[in-house]
Amino acid sequence: MTTPNRLPDPYGSQGGGANLADILERVLDKGVVIAGDIKINLLDIELLTIKLRLIVASVDKAKEMGIDWWEDDPSLSSGARRRELAEENERLQRRIADLEAAPAQVERKDDEA
Amino acid sequence: MNELRYVYAVTRPFDGVLPEGVRGLGGEPPRLLDHGDLVAVVGAVPAEDFAEAPLKKRLEDLDWLTATARAHEAVIGAMTTVTCTVPLRLATVCVDDSGVRRLLDAGRDRFTTTLERLEGRVEWGVKVYADPQPDPATPGPAGSDGPSAAPRERPAAPASGRDYLRRRLSSRQAREGVWERAEALSRTLHAELSQRAQAAALHRPQDSRLSEARGQNVLNAAYLVPRESSQEFVAEVGRLTPRDQGVRVELTGPWAPYSFAGQAGQAGPDEAGTGR
Repeated sequence: MTTPNRLPDPYGSQGGGANLADILERVLDKGVVIAGDIKINLLDIELLTIKLRLIVASVDKAKEMGIDWWEDDPSLSSGARRRELAEENERLQRRIADLEAAPAQVERKDDEA
Repeated sequence: MNELRYVYAVTRPFDGVLPEGVRGLGGEPPRLLDHGDLVAVVGAVPAEDFAEAPLKKRLEDLDWLTATARAHEAVIGAMTTVTCTVPLRLATVCVDDSGVRRLLDAGRDRFTTTLERLEGRVEWGVKVYADPQPDPATPGPAGSDGPSAAPRERPAAPASGRDYLRRRLSSRQAREGVWERAEALSRTLHAELSQRAQAAALHRPQDSRLSEARGQNVLNAAYLVPRESSQEFVAEVGRLTPRDQGVRVELTGPWAPYSFAGQAGQAGPDEAGTGR
């Protein structure tokens, strides 16, 4: 029925040192949900909702994502690249503005008034 | 003191004993509660922590949550080494043994179907990280400001504006290369491993604030694999893992089939179109 001996040894340091995100995304978000006598809705827990829902997998989100999930998520790869480029662009423009501002202070007299 | 029953998981009656040395919540070994053709893996927990009101408060405490989650997983992980185990979600609590029996009765059909579906299978987790090196212009060990092995050019001050821009460009190109390789590897890995698995699930990439892993998580996938093909699956992951400084593959498991135990839609063959 079961063949425990054929299982490879654990990978990724299960137990003491396992990545907390690995454990939380499984025990909070996966597994069978069935009501016990103590009624608790994990979605009502503020910490879980605010802090962890951002981090731990959301089922709906995962379904939407499919294999191309990273192309839609601005916090991920290609988006991260775009953001990096945008930041660098902004930095350079600020630098240019600074450089241009120095002589402009001498020349500019009545731009606005 | 008033005690409640924490339910970790559900299995079928099995020959053999609980793995030795397993400790659940409160450091207590879990107990098996037989009820018909199902078995609940339970533990006694204090009402002062697990009754409704205190439990809500406790769950807001990240340290408590962490310890509870680890104890929950420790019991389920140990059960998985001896039999097919359907994990329940964290904090499933009943008032007493007859409450646990009611829970088993209420979920009998679901538990039975799920146990049939998952019998003899375990879950493996595979993640890909993009981890661009801090200073790709000077290849070598990660320590960027250690004793420099390349005396030809100190990376401190660019000689000219053009020099600066050239360096920015090459460093950006190196980073982009890492992202592209990580994405390409994620697609290949997921396609290949889905072929070898009976089901696959994609999870949201993890945030390094929680995982404390280096780099950016690009792929976070779980695969349902028969126990007897686990060696091959692990070998396949190794075969597909490139020798690449900036791209890292991480394998975890065997887990209880958490990602495939939930309701329809969460794990079925239609999820991610990888049923096989």
